[in-house]
Amino acid sequence: MLLLGASGAGKSTLLQALAGVLGGEDEGDSTGELLVDGTRPDRSRGRVGLVLQDPDSQVILARVCDDVAFGCENLGVPREEIWRRVRESLDAVGLDLPLEFPTALLSGGQKQRLALAGVLAMRPGLLLLDEPTANLDPSGVGEVRDAVGRVIEDRDSTFIVIEHRVETWIDLVDRVIVLEAGAGIVADGSPREVLAGEGKRLAASGVWVPRYPPSVPARTSTPGSMLLQIHELAIARPGGQVIQDHLDVRIAAGTALAVTGPNGSGKSTLGLTLGGLIPPASGTVDASGLAKGLGSDPLRWKSRELVSRIGSVFQDPEHQFLAATVRDELAVGPRVLKLAGSEIDARVDELAQRLRLTELLAVNPFTLSGGEKRRLSVATALITRPPLLIMDEPTFGQDSRTWSELVALFAELLDAGDALVAITHDAAFVDAIADSELTLSAGAEAVRR
Amino acid sequence: MTSILTPARGGQPIFRVNPVAKLATTLIVGVALLLSLDWVSAVVALGCELVLLFWAGVSARRFGIRALPILVAAVLAGVTIALYGRASGATHFAFLFARVTDGSLDLAAATALRILAIGLPALVLFLTVDPTDLADGLGQVLHLPARFVIGALAALRLTGLFLDDWRSLELARRARGTADRGRVRRFAGQAFALLVLSIRRGSKLATAMEARGFGASTHRTWARESRFGWPETLLVLIGLTVAAAAITAAILAGTWRFLGGQ
Repeated sequence: MLLLGASGAGKSTLLQALAGVLGGEDEGDSTGELLVDGTRPDRSRGRVGLVLQDPDSQVILARVCDDVAFGCENLGVPREEIWRRVRESLDAVGLDLPLEFPTALLSGGQKQRLALAGVLAMRPGLLLLDEPTANLDPSGVGEVRDAVGRVIEDRDSTFIVIEHRVETWIDLVDRVIVLEAGAGIVADGSPREVLAGEGKRLAASGVWVPRYPPSVPARTSTPGSMLLQIHELAIARPGGQVIQDHLDVRIAAGTALAVTGPNGSGKSTLGLTLGGLIPPASGTVDASGLAKGLGSDPLRWKSRELVSRIGSVFQDPEHQFLAATVRDELAVGPRVLKLAGSEIDARVDELAQRLRLTELLAVNPFTLSGGEKRRLSVATALITRPPLLIMDEPTFGQDSRTWSELVALFAELLDAGDALVAITHDAAFVDAIADSELTLSAGAEAVRR
Repeated sequence: MTSILTPARGGQPIFRVNPVAKLATTLIVGVALLLSLDWVSAVVALGCELVLLFWAGVSARRFGIRALPILVAAVLAGVTIALYGRASGATHFAFLFARVTDGSLDLAAATALRILAIGLPALVLFLTVDPTDLADGLGQVLHLPARFVIGALAALRLTGLFLDDWRSLELARRARGTADRGRVRRFAGQAFALLVLSIRRGSKLATAMEARGFGASTHRTWARESRFGWPETLLVLIGLTVAAAAITAAILAGTWRFLGGQ
């Protein structure tokens, strides 16, 4: 069964309630009754298995086999039976690794399959997946989807998945339920019926429905002056080995460059190097087109000089948040530039309006939803009006509404003569925005099997 | 990224000994050497240990790197005590408050050798401990509560992510324009941000563990048996022998001083 709905409709809360991990009386109010197999879910642990979104916080132990065995141990399964189940579950999800393989070396897709194996070993009658592929690159999404497909094929358990990309799961489910905040269940039926009846409305609320792709704006910009260029550049993580060398890139005003390639190929490292945040392994970044009186190497610019020249948006928005409210968060950059109070307020209000953050100005950034956090982190970079914006996975895990708002905003910036560098796995985003694409090949350091 | 939980592995028998026995052995030798402060017991213990460490199974290079801090600590402690330790006997050298005497030299040698004699075997035994095996042992051999042992083990895994988070936070502050502020303020702000991130990660991990039945009232089983058999008993006996030899030698030589007394 596929559970759909706009963000904030209560999908994750419902799933956690089904899994019995919603917390006690003191953590919120509950009314009504929820029974799994005739008992309350927190009394029947093990009957329900839950896989969450973030791969990193689901790995529990250091070795692959121990991690799979963890649930069985807690349920008091006898030792011989545990090992039988461990092998069987690893087979089922297609994780062909030595039993004692360190979990720290797994890729995101492998970690999610490991979490699935750990849940399967508990032999649950109900399998719950909460956006299990939202943090994965396309190959990881395929791995996890196929593993789930194999698992539900040879078992007679119930399976419920939350996902805002309908396409990923539609072939595996035989029922779709649509939730709406305040209205409860608004549609319930076969995938075909529900998508025919609700498809358009779902697409408008941010769900990715195959027949209703988000609109893409027309681009009119023409390349302007050269802002930044690198020649024969080699990049490395600080203290690490060279990941890529002989890189040549030229970024002109009004153009967008997409940097693509598999995990571990150094895309994020290139972004940080171009943004003047980490030193290259060899060669220099020539940003004389952005310097406005400073030297040509952005690494030597002061932090406050950087914000009005190059804006960097990190993959995890939480790393960039500094203030206790959205309004203060947006004002950090303008204050560094010592703008007048009225000018700061004007910029904050304008950008908040543009990115649907006006209602949230008094809220703590850490409590925002994933889409809101992304829009805020893009806004914090834009508010100091840098001519070059470097973004790491700007559309990762976003619903279609946020996606099309971001694309429209970026197209506008490009038409106004700004330049963009986007590190991305999102093919639709590359099609919509990019003037050129740099594809990095897997680096020597990448640990993937 | 490798975490501190990446299994410690090697072919030598020492890697297969139950960590609980290693813990016990280290404690036995350590306590025995702390009972007296003299150089004879330290030399005897260190001598026995060096012979044993020779085939313990840690590569010389790895051992050298890890042992360096202990060597430095031993030398520093020795020099400090030689200069400022309790003076007695003939004076060899004096300058301001520093007085090098027979007594202080004696004490210095005893302290430096003692640090080595306690530190080096502890180092070798713990270099060959896999935290997961230690948790298994604490839970099954010593019957410590599983909730505590496994909880600590899972939390330990998160420390590997701290370093990555810290670096990202640092770069993010430069990108946001606030990295020119004073070092102390920046550090404090960044430490607070790391704390917030860690708590969020921890609570997510707790949910994942709870969803897999952790903390349920059912009796917990262990996938891997943690044995305390002959190799473990042998290691503890070796520890007892080394401790006994050191104490006996000191008493026979007449240098035994209980807790540093005369």
